[in-house]
Amino acid sequence: MTNLISTEPKAAAPPARRRLTLDWRRDIIYVGFVAVVIVFAFLLRDQGFVSTTSVMNILRQTAIVTVVAVGMTYVIAAAEIDLSVGSVAGLASVVTAMTVSHFGLIPGIIAGLAVGAAIGAVNGALVAFVKIPSFLVTLAMMGIAFGIAQWSTASAPQPILDMTYNNMFGGGSIGPIPVLIIWMLLAVVLGAVVLKKMPFGRQVLATGANKVAAEYSGIATRWIRFRVMVICSIGAALAGMLYAGRLQSGRFQWGQGDEMNAIAAVILGGTALSGGRGSVVGTFFGALLMATINYGLILGGLDTSQQQIIRGIIIVLAVALARQK
Amino acid sequence: MTSIHNGGAEGRPPSAPSPSIPAVRMVGISKSFNTVTVLENVDFDVLPGEVHALAGGNGAGKSTLMKILQGVYSKDAGSIEVGGEPTSYNSIHEAKAAGIGMVFQEFSLISTLTVAQNVFLNAEPLKGTLIDDKVMVEKAQAIFERMQTPVDPEGHLDTMSTAYWQLTEIAKALSENARVLIMDEPTASLARHEAKALFELIGRLKADGIAIIYISHRMEEVFEIADRITILRNGVRLLTKPLNEITPAQIVEGIVGKAVEVSAASVNADENAPIVLQASGLASSNGVHDLDLTLRAGQVVGLAGLMGSGRSELARALYGIDKITGGSVSVDGSVVAIGSPQEALAHGICLIPEDRRLQGLILDHSVANNLVLPHLDAVTKGPFVDERAVSSLVSRLIDAFAIKVADPSAPAKLLSGGNQQKIVIGKWMSRDPRVLIMDEPTAGVDIGTKAEIIATVRAHAESGMAVLVISSEYSELLAMSDRLLLMRDFTIVREIDRLSVTDEQSLELEVQGVAA
Repeated sequence: MTNLISTEPKAAAPPARRRLTLDWRRDIIYVGFVAVVIVFAFLLRDQGFVSTTSVMNILRQTAIVTVVAVGMTYVIAAAEIDLSVGSVAGLASVVTAMTVSHFGLIPGIIAGLAVGAAIGAVNGALVAFVKIPSFLVTLAMMGIAFGIAQWSTASAPQPILDMTYNNMFGGGSIGPIPVLIIWMLLAVVLGAVVLKKMPFGRQVLATGANKVAAEYSGIATRWIRFRVMVICSIGAALAGMLYAGRLQSGRFQWGQGDEMNAIAAVILGGTALSGGRGSVVGTFFGALLMATINYGLILGGLDTSQQQIIRGIIIVLAVALARQK
Repeated sequence: MTSIHNGGAEGRPPSAPSPSIPAVRMVGISKSFNTVTVLENVDFDVLPGEVHALAGGNGAGKSTLMKILQGVYSKDAGSIEVGGEPTSYNSIHEAKAAGIGMVFQEFSLISTLTVAQNVFLNAEPLKGTLIDDKVMVEKAQAIFERMQTPVDPEGHLDTMSTAYWQLTEIAKALSENARVLIMDEPTASLARHEAKALFELIGRLKADGIAIIYISHRMEEVFEIADRITILRNGVRLLTKPLNEITPAQIVEGIVGKAVEVSAASVNADENAPIVLQASGLASSNGVHDLDLTLRAGQVVGLAGLMGSGRSELARALYGIDKITGGSVSVDGSVVAIGSPQEALAHGICLIPEDRRLQGLILDHSVANNLVLPHLDAVTKGPFVDERAVSSLVSRLIDAFAIKVADPSAPAKLLSGGNQQKIVIGKWMSRDPRVLIMDEPTAGVDIGTKAEIIATVRAHAESGMAVLVISSEYSELLAMSDRLLLMRDFTIVREIDRLSVTDEQSLELEVQGVAA
């Protein structure tokens, strides 16, 4: 490590070119992903693991969780957490479904996103300005949003008959590519560009790494934390709308448990749970890794309970290997 | 009087302290780290019932000597006797068992526990295998009664002021049967009346035969409560004398060394220079009150004062970190509201904070990211960060401040203290601040870098910026400042005549408020 700091001040002049080296600990997710694909390709060659169908299935399976996980990457990179995303997705699916049925397509889309923005604003205000830890705020919001969604629909699914909506948000495809995958790629690209290339992204990482130093550097850290909570909730609401489109109905249970999958994807993707380090592309691969494992295990004939055990082991392994000394 | 000393747990019987046998006698203590000698053949002793002050500048070896006494460091040579018996211990536990107690400068208490729980932490009285809370509270109560200080043993520490924390620390040491108490700057975070109460307690502890080693930079206090003083300089014991045989000036001379004249030739005290920042009647939520301050273009104003006099608090208030609750601040003639660092920056006020690692830098992030963090909005192309603009800004700053780093994408934590501090300063300079506030800008920085930083600050001031420097190093204040202001009890009490202060000693005497 000492050679990083030379005694030559001049050496700083050329902008450092990012070398294409593999940092084992940093890039564990990509190594792990490739390893898992190779293992499955070998073990499951007779079940047709290597095929376009498989790729599409895996991508489709992971799409909605990835949308949630992109927003979660911001929250965790800012050293916060959001446990309410699953419930927000459920509530957004219900609100969208009801609004589409009563007022039409556009109001429905707006209403769904507005649910996310409103809950995110409440979460954000409580976290950033009332200074309640995000874990507690969103734990409470998880119950509240779930309860509202269940209560307002009397636990009944809300069918969506508007096929434009269902095609746009889930069921349809553009050419050979399902719209779900397009939504997912949009979220990943937008999320990655903002986090990596825009001042806001840098400020999120700075706030997550050291809130005090970021504040002293003139960053409005409270607004940063507020905004990441809003972004995450809007992502969750979009995920709920995708559930609604795919399943042609809104229901309070859509998205239940997604918070854990999203958090797992983010952490697998190399974002530090303590904040300050984060990658949306890593998150994408984290989600993809989990979906691939699931798919492989299903092809391999394992049942849900066995899948859960193996998935748990892989998460612990990946995080342990990636951990900094 | 009942023995304070045996107030706590079972423990040993009160060995009637004989005043002729030192409670602690350290003889010929030497210590080196790698090849650097930090203590050389130092003798030190303290008698039962005596307050022995230990003084010396930064790096004199005070804290190393005390850490050896506490068993944190092992000595290279020399011997330690406690209560007349030779000891050799190698851990804090053994030192505690021998009767050495420490009242930590940064309190070693757990804020979520009660006073009694802290006093008996890891030594809880048991009933069977369970903690006997009732006995614990009673025992704590007994200790505080003997200290004659009213403290509720069942109160939670996080609801109490620092004075109570300190009392809890002292009670904890007494419960461990300490015969020697080391107090390191015990009044630094106390209000005046609390300090007075502490001195009264020290008096009672003395009467009870407890030996006290008292480390303080405050001359008044030393003269008020200490019986003897030992001065260390550069790891060597300079003198040990009863306080009635020494004057404040002699102590200052002992600490500072021979008087070094600091040239005042370059002082720019032009009273007609345009006013950049003016504060009047300023009060803040962190305790600053009735404070008037004028900073003029091209001048460096040094803020002198003791630790805990409110200098950092003033800096934080002016930068919008802590709330301004009264008075007004104007920049370039117009009154401004400073409610956040963003607003302070918008008015051209920048702060280089005192804690580089916590407040100044994001240690895990790269040098480049740290340098560019305050200017992200200025290096964009459209909505995106322009990497080309970033790297040209970064390399300009690295050159301008001679930051020694081969790869700006290396994390800031890999750099030396001096280079880290250059980043903290450098990150503000591309903004051309109107007012630059620097809180201990050269703390933990090597001599060479220190000189560079001082030169940079002077150069920037000459270009028309107003600078406010807080420093506990008098040589640095003298080398940088055009004007000197004295801060005490959270307000600026007066201006020190810059031209009459020509060396560190006279500045120290001004700050201490004692006549030479």
